[in-house]
Parts: sequence; C-alpha cells; structure tokens
Amino acid sequence: MGVYETQGFKLDNSGKRVVVDPVTRIEGHLRVEVNLDSKNVIRNAVSTGTMWRGLEVILKGRDPRDAWAFTERICGVCTGTHALTSVRAVEDALAIQIPENANTIRNIMQLTLQVHDHLVHFYHLHALDWVDVVSALSASPKKTSELAQSISSWPLSSPGYFRDLQARLKKFVESGQLGPFANGYWGNPAYKLPPEANLMAVAHYLEALDFQKDIVKIHTIYGGKNPHPNWLVGGVPCAINVSDVGAVGAVNMERLNLVSSIIDRTIDFVDQVYLPDLQAIASFYKDWTYGGGLSSKSVLSYGDIPERANDYSASNLLLPRGAIINGDLSKIHEVDLKDPEQVQEFVTHSWYRYDDESKGLHPFDGVTEPNFVLGPNAKGSRTDIQELDESGKYSWIKSPRWRGHAMEVGPLARYLIGYVQKNPEFKEPVDKLLKDLGLPLNALFSTLGRTAARGLEASWAVHKLRYFQDKLITSIKNGDLNTANTEKWAPATWPKEAKGVGFTEAPRGALGHWIKIKDGKIDNYQAVVPTTWNGSPRDPKGQIGAFEASLMDTPLAVADQPLEIIRTLHSFDPCLACSTHVISPDGQEMAKVTVK
Amino acid sequence: MIDTFYEIMRRQGVSRRSFMKFCSLTASSLGLAPAFVPRIAHAMETKPRTPIVWLEGLECTCCSESFIRSAHPLAKDVVLSMLSLDYHHTLMAAAGHQAEAALDDVLKKYKGNYILAVEGNPPLNNDGMFCISAGKPFVDTLQRVAADAKAVIAWGSCASWGCVQAARPNPTRATPIDKVIHGKPIIKVPGCPPIPEVMTAVVTYMLTFDRIPDLDRQGRPKMFYGQRIHDKCYRRPHFDAGQFAEAWDDDASRRGYCLYKMGCKGPTTYNACSTVRWNEGVSFPIQSGHGCIGCSEEGFWDKGSFYDRVTDLKQFGIEANADQVGIAATTVVGGAVAAHAALTAIKRARAEARNSEIAEARNNESGG
Repeated sequence: MGVYETQGFKLDNSGKRVVVDPVTRIEGHLRVEVNLDSKNVIRNAVSTGTMWRGLEVILKGRDPRDAWAFTERICGVCTGTHALTSVRAVEDALAIQIPENANTIRNIMQLTLQVHDHLVHFYHLHALDWVDVVSALSASPKKTSELAQSISSWPLSSPGYFRDLQARLKKFVESGQLGPFANGYWGNPAYKLPPEANLMAVAHYLEALDFQKDIVKIHTIYGGKNPHPNWLVGGVPCAINVSDVGAVGAVNMERLNLVSSIIDRTIDFVDQVYLPDLQAIASFYKDWTYGGGLSSKSVLSYGDIPERANDYSASNLLLPRGAIINGDLSKIHEVDLKDPEQVQEFVTHSWYRYDDESKGLHPFDGVTEPNFVLGPNAKGSRTDIQELDESGKYSWIKSPRWRGHAMEVGPLARYLIGYVQKNPEFKEPVDKLLKDLGLPLNALFSTLGRTAARGLEASWAVHKLRYFQDKLITSIKNGDLNTANTEKWAPATWPKEAKGVGFTEAPRGALGHWIKIKDGKIDNYQAVVPTTWNGSPRDPKGQIGAFEASLMDTPLAVADQPLEIIRTLHSFDPCLACSTHVISPDGQEMAKVTVK
Repeated sequence: MIDTFYEIMRRQGVSRRSFMKFCSLTASSLGLAPAFVPRIAHAMETKPRTPIVWLEGLECTCCSESFIRSAHPLAKDVVLSMLSLDYHHTLMAAAGHQAEAALDDVLKKYKGNYILAVEGNPPLNNDGMFCISAGKPFVDTLQRVAADAKAVIAWGSCASWGCVQAARPNPTRATPIDKVIHGKPIIKVPGCPPIPEVMTAVVTYMLTFDRIPDLDRQGRPKMFYGQRIHDKCYRRPHFDAGQFAEAWDDDASRRGYCLYKMGCKGPTTYNACSTVRWNEGVSFPIQSGHGCIGCSEEGFWDKGSFYDRVTDLKQFGIEANADQVGIAATTVVGGAVAAHAALTAIKRARAEARNSEIAEARNNESGG
C-alpha cells in the first residue's frame, strides 16, 4: 500500500510493525497494529475488532417486547443503555407514548450509568495509563497528604492514611504476587506524575473500587438488579406507591430516600475525588498533546436525556445533538437517523460480504454475511495471525460513516457540540478547566481532552441525577403515580408492519437501534454502536476510523512497551462486545459459515 | 488490600482462636497429628495467594462487573488479598506481549495449582475465529489454560449454558465450556450475571475449605442454586392467595401482588435472588416490579417471550370479562399450588430430576 494521505494524516506502513493483542482494560476483544518509523513514531495504525456474536441475527422472529433483554446483553459494562435504546426503538415503531414518570426514571437510570461507567473507566480502566503504581512506593506520605488537601476537601487525606496504604502496598509488591499489576509498564518514561500524585491516585483507585458498587444501587431500586436491570416497553416496570397498602413492594418513601442519599454521596465523590484527581493528573501531562485524531475534524452526537416524555427533538434533549465535519466549528449539522443518506455502513475492510462493497447501506437495509478472509499480505495463518493486511479485510467491525465521513463519538464529541452551541452547561466547565490548566481550546483535541470531557460529563450527569430525582418526587407530590402505558401492550393492537429508531448517548457515544416489526415479530434489527463508529476500520475511500486516527504521529517512549497506544485507545473507553454486532436480514446466510 | 489470608479472615471478624480452631479442623480432616496445627497456621498466614486466571470469550463483561459489585467480601480484598488475579483482561495493567507473558508465567510457575475462571464461551464456527485472542481462536487459549488448572469456574450463563449468543440460531456456535474442557472439576455459577456475593462466596468457599462446593447434577453449587426464586419470594403469599398483577402499573402492581401472570419465571428458576438479593440486598427483579426472566436457567432465551404467561394462558383471553378472569385465576392458582405440592414431594424423593419436574410443573400449570 505504501504511503497515502487521508483526513489530514499521512499513512506509511513501511516501518517496523508492532502488534498489541490483546488490548486490555477494555470491554471485549481488540487488536491494534502500528508501524513505527526510525524514531519510534506511529506512522500507520490498524485497529481490529476480534469478536462477533451475531445478536441481531438471533433477534429475528422474536417478540419486540423482549428485545431490550437481548440487546442489553450486548454489553454488561454500559448495562442498560442498549435496553433503553431498544424500548425507544419499539415505542417509535408502534407510536407508544410513555408517562412522564417513566421518562424521568429512565433518565435517572441512564444518568446513573453515565456516572458509574465514567468513574470506573477513569480509575480502573484508564488510570494505570497515567499512574505509576510502583513509583507510589517512594512517595512521602506527608507530602501526599499536603497535595491531597491542597486540591480537595475529601476527608481521607491524612499523612497516616497514606502511610498505612503505602506500607500495605510495599508488602504487596514484596510478596512477588503482583496480580493485575504484574508486567505493567512501571518506570516507563512516559509516566510523568511525581510519587505523591501516584500514591494519592492509587488510594483513590481503591476507594473508587469500593464506592462504585453503591452508585448502581439506583439501578437495583428501579430495575431490580445491576448489572442488567429490567426495562419495559411502554414505561418502567417499577410501580410507585408512597402511601397505600403494599407500598413496601413498590417505589416508596424509603426507596426514594435511598436513591437520594446515594446521589448525594456520589456528587461528593465525583466533585471531591474524581474531578480534582483528573485536574491534578492533567496538570502533569499538559505537554503530552497527542491522540486528537478525528476530534478536531468530525464528531457526532445523537443527543439524549429528554426533558419531557416522548419528545426526541434536539430542543428537548439535555445532551446535545448534531454533527461537526471537516473541522468547521461554525456549523452544527442536523442529524436524522431515518435519512438513508446519513448513516451508512461499509464492509470493504470488514469480515462481511456485500453484493457491491463500494457502497454503504443504511441500517434499515443492512446486510450481514460473515466472510472471514485475510488480505494477501497478512502474515501467519488463518488461525494464527501474526500480522494483518489492512489493504484487505481486517476487522469484525463494520465502517459506519455519516454522510461519508468517519466520525468520532463520545463525551468529547458531546462537549464539543455543546460548546459550539454555546450551551453554558458544557461551555462553562470546559472554559474553567482550560483556564485553570492554562491551556487553549485546541488542547481539547487530544487523548487528555477526551479523558477530561468524560470527567466533566460525570459531574454534569450526577447533578442532573439530583435534578431528575427531585422532578420525580415533585411529580409524585402532585399526584402522578403513572409509570407505564399499556394501551398497546398486546400485539393485537399493533399494525401489521412498522419500523422505528431508538437512540441514546451511551457513555461511549452515539448509539442507535433500528427495528422492523412484521406480524408482531421482529423482522429486522440493527444496532450501530459507539465503538463501531470509533473503532471502525478503513472504508472504500481509505478513510481511517477514530481509533486509528488517534494513534497517528504519536511517539513511543519505549518501542516494545505500548503504553502510549493503550493510553490513547483507553481514552475512548472501547467496548468491543458492543461494536461487533451486526445483523443479517436473512439468517439462512449464516449456514455458509465454515464449521470446524 | 495486600494482606495475607489470615489477616483477611481477622478483618472479617474471625478471631485468632477461631482461626487456630479452623487450622485444627483442617489438620484432623487431613488426618494429621495435632503437631501439624502450627504448621498449617503458619502456612495460612504466609502461603502464596492462589493464582486465578480469568479468561473472557464471547461475553459482555457483565460477570466481571458483577464481581466487582461484591460488598462482602469486597472485590478488592478478593482479588488483591485472598487470591491473586494474575490474568484478567478487564483489570490487568499489561497489554499485548506483556499480558501474554504474564499468562505464561502463571501457567508455568503454578502448574496444577491455579484456578481458571471463565467468563463467556468459545464460538466453534468459522474455525473458532469469531473470537480471536492474540491472533488465535479463543477456544485454543481456553483449552491450553484449562489443561493444568486445579479447578474451573464457569461464570455466568455464557460459560455455563451458552446464554444470549447461543440463543437460536446460535450463528457462531457459541458453546458452553464443559463441552470443550474435559477431565476437570467445573463449577457452574449461572445467571446473567450471577449475584455478586454468590460469585465471591464460591471463590472464598474454595479458598477457605480448600475444596469445591457441593454441586447438583447440573454442576451448580447446591448452597445457592438449590431452591427456586419462587420458593423464597416475599410475594409468594400473594400467589398463594390468588392475588395477581394483571397489567403493568395496575393497582395490584402498586400493591406488590404476584407477577406470575405478567410472565414471572420465578417458579421455574433456581437461583438465590429472593434470598441473597442484589447489590447488598437492596432489591431483586421481582421486588422492583418486573418478573424474573429466568436468566440462570439453561436456554432461557429460547423458552418463549418473557411475558408469555400472560399471552399463552388460555384462561386469560383478552376477550374475557373480569368475572371470568377472576374465576379462571382461582382455578389456575389451585392447579399451580397442587403442582408445587407434588413438586416438593418429588423433590424429596429424587432431588436430581429437576428438568423433568419443571416440565411436569409446567404441564400441570398450563393444564390447571
């Protein structure tokens, strides 16, 4: 393939090939290959989704009211968001109106997920890309305490607290059994934090691991369990009863109080631990400006969190909706998920077959026939791949494009669109963070910018949780207890044929489900998920996806340690089980798959 | 974090005296003289933590997420202090070659002494390449790691039964792990996902008693999967009294009546949801208003709609008036209760014949 230019990047696959497989601390299975030049700078990047489950094939012929449970199992990390998208798609198809309380409770569920997911991502999936655990051993507990107290009023910050933790950490390391920390990149010069910041971050890694399990209890109250709470077409399954017999088995005063107390504690944790940590860590990495990729060029958001029920127009959505293309921040394009010209998926470089692979297909008309073939220059064998050939097919992920553009989705995309729209809820926190760090706006177009937007969004979401919980209580106070509309519960009330779209902003970005219903059963189902956008392989024009673009031109401090690669990939919070679900309108095609 | 097994036991409220007693019991159960007790105690205080290799195949990571929700013991204590989580894609710091080197180290150093925990399952179609890890089919890695494992834990319904990707038509031929791992004890901990504290309890049971839990004929720990959700459901009295929710958010729903007619699969689902409950006992699906979908049962995706009891029961035709439904309800409840009584008797006689019991109960109920 040699050298070519696309989207402002110059791709050159002539240098040393480095393979990272598995990419860990993500959901699912991802492989990345890069070419390094003589200075260990990435000049070519190839991202590969390495799993496929075929859930949409499985959905065909099933009851649309059951689809939420199947699609929820697309991902157990962003649990609930696929279920919400699914019930919205079914309700759109069947013109089902949900009660206000159901909309409010669904928003609470979705915002709970955003906060939980962002927090766990930052501390447990991403922090070790910035934090050197071994360096924490040489920290001064007293100075660590001073640092912690200078940035936050969080009470667990005494010198004794950090001294005790450090002693335990030392014993742990000396045991020789490093468990999940074994073979980490400790000591790599790409780690920039002083020992004290590392020790503080390790403390918060552990505190966050203990705390995160409490946030999800909000899902347990309204949805019965977490992961994978329960949902309902037409509303929510939890009935409200605050004053009558049997209230103990419904959403009652005690349950509402429990949710409220969890929200208060989560606000404290996010604002006193997560955000100060984020800012402290960022302040040491200001000079590491890599990883921007497509964020300065093309970003997409569908929007989410409807203020009022049943209105999915942009003006009613609290998370912004729109598209920015070609880096033109002066214009936000309108997004229509039903327009066949806007969202299209290509398979030229994906392990599927189309009749005409030069063209993309809108999700309503999607086709999926697995076609696992390696490119002519791949090294190794079919079942022992050494190197992939990106000139051929190389991923289980399709290539979705918006009006032909490769797009980045996620918290940074949402914040950029909100910023350009001058929405103060997004613009003001961004401006404040940049000012505090002494950085210009274009610093957002980076790995760190993506990570920072996620943190700001966690804070936004937890305060919105408070807003919607108060709204629910006000509604109950006003006598509205309704949580479900069952007028169209029975399939006999449905039209013979219907189709609809549901969308959400999952923690990782824009998520859409397209459903066709025929004779009361699912005739066709397709999910185009955030990591399909971000992790997409090349398209017929050779345009690279967001993961690939983000790795370009990044230097590695140590050539055989992929620390910078995983740091940037993690900033997207990849979710591969999500990304590799595509649909076959004709399940029979699956029979062509080779059986071992 | 970072304590020995003994220290963790102390923190969990086990006294030094109890700990020594535990060591005496261990000694006598192993047929050792009392003189060995201090040695065992010393070992427990200092012995290396048991390594655990946690593999992920076709899955959604809900099992890992559930595991870290455990409150007692805290997931942190389990993975850092009680055992050594040496390989787990979701949490491990290393990636790529360094991650694979960590795996190789464990397999070599702890040959025959590590626990393999499996989340998800291997697809067998397409030469196994619907799930690729380090360039190879996941099933190869699974079999390689299983070969020298001391015991194997099948986390969740994926590893135990196949779960959602194995639902019809199972396009990837996703396969439960006991079909590809042979000659090893496999403990199935089904559920989508399993309850957090059930997961950590299974692990800590193995560490504490140094044996695998008693399993039923399907390979599930009897202590958590020996009873149906319905047996211990706090809404059971409403079932017995014939008080049912008839539609979502109706008055009966708000009063917490039984969800049987809304499709609840509690009567045919073996799990601890109604006893242990979820997320530190906060609630469980039925308490929060939705019927059980039976997520710990084999093939639960292919047993009809989750709401089937409503639409399939002939007695409750939508054309029937309220009186007719009321009469039918009483009849059905009578039949169901009789079925349960019969079931209990059968169970006492032949605890192992669960599948046929369920089928029988179903026949009785739908025919009642």
